[in-house]
Amino acid sequence: MVRITRAIDFSCSLRCRRPDLSEEENRALFGRRVAQHGHNYRLEVTLRGEPDPVTGMVLDLKDLQTVLDREIMDRFDHRDLNADTPYFEKQPPTPENLARVIQGLLLDALPGGMLDRIRLRQDDQLWVDVIEPLAEAAS
Amino acid sequence: MIALTRRYAFPAAHALRHPSFSEAQNRRVYGKCANPGGHGHDYGIEVTVAGPVDARAGRLIDPDLLDEIFEENIGSRFSHRLLNDDPIFQERVPTAENFAEVIYAGLAEPVAERSTARVVGVRIVETRRNSFSYGDYGNRG
Repeated sequence: MVRITRAIDFSCSLRCRRPDLSEEENRALFGRRVAQHGHNYRLEVTLRGEPDPVTGMVLDLKDLQTVLDREIMDRFDHRDLNADTPYFEKQPPTPENLARVIQGLLLDALPGGMLDRIRLRQDDQLWVDVIEPLAEAAS
Repeated sequence: MIALTRRYAFPAAHALRHPSFSEAQNRRVYGKCANPGGHGHDYGIEVTVAGPVDARAGRLIDPDLLDEIFEENIGSRFSHRLLNDDPIFQERVPTAENFAEVIYAGLAEPVAERSTARVVGVRIVETRRNSFSYGDYGNRG
């Protein structure tokens, strides 16, 4: 098996806030993150698979970039995660939740079994990994 | 599985010298790292935790809490210090390998006590050319 990783950068604004909680409760839960702020995210997407015997590629990086542009860049880059996307009406856009939204979008868009992991870097001091379990060994 | 990593950094000094080695043995095994005056590094320390994402907060752990636990247990103990002065390095040599294990052990209990997350790995970036990691990272392959 070979793993390949492609990275993209995108910037978003956000605030961590639950509509079902009071301002005070939100402040207690999310601290300074209740205020509008933003991050330069870096997303590293790792795929796994056997290289095609002819092309020698797991997946053409151009095709991967097309998926990343459509699924991630067009949806999130220079957007407000709360106001401009439908994913954070009921859950706050923490890096954990954003990473899981991205995982879901990529699982749907990529060939089955190909997504190995994603790493979402919020900045140089914090990042989240979501790793797909390996399928049961084929008999 | 989902894991969160937080990166910390501080400078510290160490000298790689085994207490039961002669000067010549220390020189032979550790080379310039055995210099009695010690030397220092800007350590980068990447702490990885795993566990359930709390549905209410949307978090594995509150990063402010992890920062607090790190400062109380590791930062205040090792930042701007000579690692060899710490009791734990009286019998063990303060290599980055051992340091990674000591940091892991120092964080595992308070993280488990004060959150629903567990420490699964510690990576020490000793220089731009050397890094060391300890832990199974939740067997994530």
